[in-house]
Amino acid sequence: MEVTATEHSENKSLWGGAKKPFEATYGKMMMWFFIVSDALTFSGFLVSYAFSRFKNIDSWPIADEVFNHFPFLHGVEAPMYYVALMTFILIFSSVTMVLAVDAGHHMKQSKVAFYMFLTIIGGAIFVGSQAWEWKNFIKGEYGALETRGGQILQFQNVETGKRVSLEEFAFELPTDRSTHEKSKGLWFSNESTISEITVSEVKAGFKNNEDLVIRTEKLNSFGRKTVLSRENSLAKIESASQVVQGANLVHNEYGNRLFADFFFFITGFHGFHVFSGVVINIIIFFNVLIGTYERRGHYEMVEKVGLYWHFVDLVWVFVFTFFYLV
Amino acid sequence: MGHDTHKLAIFRGYLKFKSNQQKIWGVLVFLSIVTTIEVFLGIVKPQILMTLFLKVKLINWIFIILTLVKAYYIAWDFMHIRDELSGLKNAIVLPLIILIPYLIFVILLEGDYIFNIMQDGFVSWNF
Repeated sequence: MEVTATEHSENKSLWGGAKKPFEATYGKMMMWFFIVSDALTFSGFLVSYAFSRFKNIDSWPIADEVFNHFPFLHGVEAPMYYVALMTFILIFSSVTMVLAVDAGHHMKQSKVAFYMFLTIIGGAIFVGSQAWEWKNFIKGEYGALETRGGQILQFQNVETGKRVSLEEFAFELPTDRSTHEKSKGLWFSNESTISEITVSEVKAGFKNNEDLVIRTEKLNSFGRKTVLSRENSLAKIESASQVVQGANLVHNEYGNRLFADFFFFITGFHGFHVFSGVVINIIIFFNVLIGTYERRGHYEMVEKVGLYWHFVDLVWVFVFTFFYLV
Repeated sequence: MGHDTHKLAIFRGYLKFKSNQQKIWGVLVFLSIVTTIEVFLGIVKPQILMTLFLKVKLINWIFIILTLVKAYYIAWDFMHIRDELSGLKNAIVLPLIILIPYLIFVILLEGDYIFNIMQDGFVSWNF
């Protein structure tokens, strides 16, 4: 240990901060190395998503049918528009961040503060939008049946081709089944909330309504979901084992179970990055306001959080492509 | 500090800006145009682009290429890689452009293989 210590002191001119490798400061270089490793983490996630998708290439859910909500437009099919808006918001907040960095180079304190503020607002809007996306995804819209093999059966009107929600056609049948709670029986077992609609109610409603047919998960040669004929639908519905409304990590009404898992995991991990980015931006924003960097003589901290913020934007560009476009 | 030495030309010198701020707005306009094209294609989905090329639809190739273009300009102009020394540039970019395509190649090949196994195997996955 002593040997290293002597060597260290001898090389002071090289390692004591006198010479900068790559003419970048220590902090900036470490931020870059963190970004590289984080980029590889995200690549791992996105590639495993791609793996599951290639594995189920003929039955993967169609993004346009899943993410088709827009605020204040209920019941209007608006695929893509909202995520496109989110993308623009994030790119714009990236731009205000570069402007803050640029103002920092010119030592303009009030301008840095102003642009940092805009960046924080943009980030907050983005996180809020993502939360709203999650809410819609979790709540679901039409509901579906799940077969014993784990396939999802959705319903549509045979003439209009429009999706039909379970609530619209399911019969209400008298049932004795109620949610099992700890207080009612064995104290060590309970179950999660059971669906308000039962499989037999859906079956009865389906048989009664001649206009309904089943859409399966399978994609046809045009890349659309295969719709069964009325006779095949009646046969297929017998294999249903449970009602699925909305999405969680185990079941989702959109199709393959892995789809929801990856959606929650990747957009969640990205959203967490945005959230922590906003928090870090707020800290730096207050430091700018109280003049910490003015006294320090440079605004390099703004540049470093800027790098992180742009990275978050960069990741979103890929998430946007692989979840919503491709 | 060396910060005043921004390289102000993009598109291989085809487009030059007078100041760094102008360049930022210019890149924003470019990124917005690219995103608009992506969204437009995503909504319209022209039938011509639905043909398969290397097992992936042409439209998806376009999306992937446009994404890489966007990533390049975010990294080069917003993250200032354009202004860094080539040593740092390579230290950042080379690990990513070597490791990620390799990972994609290996994993997608495996995914496709498993798809075929499940398709042609004697076990039914839909019961």
